[in-house]
Amino acid sequence: MRIGLFATCLGDTLFPDAVRATALLLARLGHEVVFPPEQTCCGQMHVNTGYQREPVPLVRNFADTFGDASVDAVVMPSGSCAGSVRHQHEIVAERYGDPALRTAVAGVKAKTYELSELLVDVLGVTDVGAYFPHRVTYHPTCHSLRMLRVGDKPLRLLRAVEGIDLVELEQADSCCGFGGTFALKNADTSAAMLRDKMRHVTATGADVCTAGDSSCLMHIGGGLSRIGAGTRTLHLAQVLAATRTAPYALTEAVR
Amino acid sequence: MSRPESRGTGSTFLGMPARPPRVPYGDGNLRGEEAFPRAAAGELRNEQLRRNLGRATGTIRGKRLAVTGELPDWEELRDAGAALKTDALNRLPELLEELERKVTERGGTVHWARDGAEANAIVTRLVKAAGSDEVIKVKSMATQEIGLNEHLEDAGITPWETDLAELIVQLGHDRPSHILVPAIHRNRDEIREIFLKEIPGVDPSLDSVPAHLAAAARAYLREKFMTTRVAVSGANFGIAETGTLGVVESEGNGRMCLTLPETLITVMGIEKVLPRHQDLEVFLQLLPRSSTGERMNPYTSLWTGVTEGDGPQDFHLVLLDNGRTAALADAVGRQALNCIRCSACLNVCPVYERVGGHAYGSTYPGPIGAVLTPQLAGMHAADDDPNSSLPYASTLCGACYDACPVKIDIPSLLVELRHQKTEESGRSAERLAMRAAAAVMGRPRLWTAAQRTARLGRALAGRDGTIGRLPAPFSGWSDTRDTPAPPKHTFRDWFASDEGAAALRDAAREGERRRAERRTSGDDQEDQ
Repeated sequence: MRIGLFATCLGDTLFPDAVRATALLLARLGHEVVFPPEQTCCGQMHVNTGYQREPVPLVRNFADTFGDASVDAVVMPSGSCAGSVRHQHEIVAERYGDPALRTAVAGVKAKTYELSELLVDVLGVTDVGAYFPHRVTYHPTCHSLRMLRVGDKPLRLLRAVEGIDLVELEQADSCCGFGGTFALKNADTSAAMLRDKMRHVTATGADVCTAGDSSCLMHIGGGLSRIGAGTRTLHLAQVLAATRTAPYALTEAVR
Repeated sequence: MSRPESRGTGSTFLGMPARPPRVPYGDGNLRGEEAFPRAAAGELRNEQLRRNLGRATGTIRGKRLAVTGELPDWEELRDAGAALKTDALNRLPELLEELERKVTERGGTVHWARDGAEANAIVTRLVKAAGSDEVIKVKSMATQEIGLNEHLEDAGITPWETDLAELIVQLGHDRPSHILVPAIHRNRDEIREIFLKEIPGVDPSLDSVPAHLAAAARAYLREKFMTTRVAVSGANFGIAETGTLGVVESEGNGRMCLTLPETLITVMGIEKVLPRHQDLEVFLQLLPRSSTGERMNPYTSLWTGVTEGDGPQDFHLVLLDNGRTAALADAVGRQALNCIRCSACLNVCPVYERVGGHAYGSTYPGPIGAVLTPQLAGMHAADDDPNSSLPYASTLCGACYDACPVKIDIPSLLVELRHQKTEESGRSAERLAMRAAAAVMGRPRLWTAAQRTARLGRALAGRDGTIGRLPAPFSGWSDTRDTPAPPKHTFRDWFASDEGAAALRDAAREGERRRAERRTSGDDQEDQ
């Protein structure tokens, strides 16, 4: 398959390793990975903060960049960005776009997937041949869980990883408190939610807390780093990209 | 202080219908004194409150999941509930008129109240006409919303709350902090303290065993039931077809109020009307399972007009608008009016669980309150209207949508309200920042340049590669979280580099090699 990779603004700039892992994983599975350099941001931050006029150019740019019929599917290592493309671009285009934009948005939406959806639903694979001999706990991010309904797909992928010691996270489906600008606008409440999430994460004794969204991991990881906890955060793609020939060394820097 | 709520272009359209009024500024309990983040920060400092809330919402969440999970048709019930409410709201005027006709036919009197002030005045007049200076009350959100108790007290009438939790709140000179469990923020020791201090003649050796606390309240209330001649209730449902009003409750105190007094005054929000008696079949399953996690609530009371020689002989129904018509005229508000006040969204909300109900400043806290309150009372009655902070009191995690028995898409409504808020506030520093970000991100070349600039952030990082304290408006973030410094290379740099191309080629080759190995080993379980 020819797969268009959307790095997301956060992934491209702050978490390139997670995007790189996504690309390498798909290449290993025998697919052609395309990275159109015109891509920038999905506009989720704008819409979630209440701005729907401003992200029109971003919605247009996404549709123009990935609407290309030569790309069979578009993948992104982020549940919330996939949620934005699938559920918010339509709202923006409906309100402030022209008919051409509305058509383009609907077209690209239909072939847009979050990583675990692409792997399990589209490529039909749960065992990606990964090797990750560490204790891991999984945090299902809210938008993957409730906006995209990815269900247990990420867990099925993780369970098939060779050598992994997958441990359950208590109150896993409770939000970590990031919520984009929520963490700035309601910093105290966000911090209270983060404290509880970190308590559950550290209680697992895991080496790694993984998830499908760099933004949630940035929040949880930023908190864990501040309290000097032993658990580090790692994107799901990085766990799945690790193999016996190219293992992930926990001594590496988090990023 | 106040600002007109016009949304048009300023030109006049003769003959256009006027926008229905929101709740006037300063009326009732639909607006707090400070914005949510500030109020929440205060509540967050109360460790006892956090523990009480965490325990209570955790317990009720588990109970709800158990009783909704045992119904094979729970999703269909939710669909039915949503469809019935949507239908009722779509033909609200005709249903309300039918309700009025039926109540009147059965010997009741119907009053229409545009807002809380009118409703308060009507109730006060009716109590005085009945010759009473006190009323017993069934727990009611509508009368909380309009501040009826305060109004009655100003008029020299004493309201006695009879719902146990509502009584605790009233005796504690406190405000309710939950739709269903108004005293959720109190534990049994605190309740004992309140009773010892406020109930006249209470046994001074009272301990904090729940049954003993309930017995103390019962003894106190029994006298009120026997001597008070007027009762005020709310209504969970009003059935247009028959003129029947309904209240569901746990303790039976409501039923005492509904049957013992001579005069009964029911204050009902106009969105509570249902077309047919049969519709109760759906809601009497949805409501208790969603709210208390019970299959059936202990007491369901239905009453229709007046029955000679049995129960109150004088019945009044006050139909309350108080911003509901305004909400109905709005696509967001119309959905929010589907709410049956079960409080399931509060109990699953991670924000509510940490801060409790008081931070929302409104009778309606939690996720649905963050939608309903700005809808009923507006968000911009003043420049720094606390209600405009409510749509942001959510991480949009979506737990409320999953829990809602009538499938109100609360996260989408919050996003829409945020949009309305920014549209109403016009030019702000935030809008300029958002516009600037969009301008950069809308142009790939500018974006790549901005990424390069972002890498200057590496200078802020310590030796561990993380950034500690950040300036405002990011200081709230950096108080508790480290931020990773931007790495030397972006993903796009890597992808365009020879190193990236080689790595991708190697990965492809490695995958090919492993697939070939599997084929030769006769393993059909190819991973692709």
